[in-house]
Amino acid sequence: MSDATKPLLQLRDTKISYGAIEAVKGISLELAKGELVSLIGANGAGKTTTLNAIAGLLPVAGGEVLYDGAKINALPAHKRLRQGLALVPEGRGIFTRLTVEENLRMGAYCRRDSDAIEADMERVFTMLPRVRERLQQVAGTLSGGEQQMVAIGRALLSRPRLLLLDEPSMGLAPLVVEKIFEVIRSVAAEGVTILLVEQNANLALEFSQRAYVMESGRITLTGSGADLLADPKVRAAYLGE
Amino acid sequence: METLLQQTVNGLVVGSVYALVALGYTMVYGILGLINFAHGDVLMIGALVALEAIRLIQLYAPDLGLIPTLLGGLGVSVIVCMALGYTIERTAYRRLRNAPRLAPLITAIGVSFLLQTLAMIIWGRNYHTFPQLVSTTPLEPVAGVFITPVQIAILVVSATLMVALLLLVNKTRLGRAMRATAENHKVASLMGVDTNKIIAATFIIGSALAAVAGVMFSSNYGIAHYAMGFMPGLKAFTAAVLGGIGNLGGAMLGGLLLGLVESIGAGYIEDMSFGFLNSSYQDIFAFVILGIVLIFRPTGLLGERVADRA
Repeated sequence: MSDATKPLLQLRDTKISYGAIEAVKGISLELAKGELVSLIGANGAGKTTTLNAIAGLLPVAGGEVLYDGAKINALPAHKRLRQGLALVPEGRGIFTRLTVEENLRMGAYCRRDSDAIEADMERVFTMLPRVRERLQQVAGTLSGGEQQMVAIGRALLSRPRLLLLDEPSMGLAPLVVEKIFEVIRSVAAEGVTILLVEQNANLALEFSQRAYVMESGRITLTGSGADLLADPKVRAAYLGE
Repeated sequence: METLLQQTVNGLVVGSVYALVALGYTMVYGILGLINFAHGDVLMIGALVALEAIRLIQLYAPDLGLIPTLLGGLGVSVIVCMALGYTIERTAYRRLRNAPRLAPLITAIGVSFLLQTLAMIIWGRNYHTFPQLVSTTPLEPVAGVFITPVQIAILVVSATLMVALLLLVNKTRLGRAMRATAENHKVASLMGVDTNKIIAATFIIGSALAAVAGVMFSSNYGIAHYAMGFMPGLKAFTAAVLGGIGNLGGAMLGGLLLGLVESIGAGYIEDMSFGFLNSSYQDIFAFVILGIVLIFRPTGLLGERVADRA
């Protein structure tokens, strides 16, 4: 980590369980402010579990979760958002019965600065022009790619400092994936710290500064995106070589 | 023909009361997947608290006009029921949020018994005469149809409340959060929504509507009683199922339809059964409808999107 400032997010030996089953068996990772880091690994490695616990949807069974220097192990999800920690969940989590506009406004639920909200809506539309065309449509009628865009736009409307993205490419056509990663890149360029979970390891590694590789609830490798891409073990396990 | 018109008017009046209560059932179901069987008893508490408050007002401020006295009683009753709804949710249901669905359902029945027993201890087992502060003497008949001032008040107040509720749910920030929470608690909390507060708000709003319905019910029939919530509660539940439980428009439609069927049915049941049954058997209609809906269209008239949230 080149940045000398304290990390924005830090997991220290964090354990997460579903009942008696320990899904994440003590992992440590950290993100400096402004970093774009990805977490890759096979199905069932514990990536989504980790993101959900960081967002406060799952309780932490052991270890520590530190955000901006403070321990947030017991902080409920809705309070984490208020501190700038937003998750775009697996499967997008669109409110299918609400309109696109209502979905976006839910992202700004905790904000009272209505002028700035309108300005941020405009920014989202610039980034995601197709969202504007669909504003009054019920969100459940959108295509998968459009829903993913709404989900990302909605998260941006909370003005996050740390954005957690869970498989934004899942189930989408390559062209749409490209478009979505372009958006993620421009969000990162604005200084938002991003933790990206992806099954598409190739894409994620090319895309991010650093990455962690997860396997059966543990972090087994870490390094820069480029190094991991070149690592024969990673290539064998996750890039199908 | 006159019977038909007259029973239509009566049916709309009763139906509006059912609709207000059905809204409480359907809102709670929409957000928690729980049939709050104690909801009818909140109506009963609403009526009895209003009765008590009106007695006190008449005792200490006998010069207050009839309408201000009624509004005072109604106001006290609404506030007490809002607090009651919040307390029920907070103490009985919240801790069962992640329990199997049968647990809160049985708890709801328990809360219902608890409220009835408490009311019986406080107000006794006798019927109380509810003061008729709005006249129940019919006005000059129009086209042979009699309507009383209290019936007109019921129609106006319930229509106003229903419109207000629709605006609240569809146009405000709270309403948006309620709909978001109803669809997905977890994602709503990711938006910064304190879902516990939204659920509490849902109970509070539903209970306020039940209190108003209780005062209307007692004003119309002139009585209040510790077990009076049972039948309107069941009927309103039927209305909510008929309209499609979880759907606000459905609860309103279901309430009005049920009131109409019941009332028109009561007007003709004697002829239909060749004198074997009389209008005191009118409850048959509600439950026949409940049976038919559950068998042939369990999602109700407007409810196509009722998914079983696991």
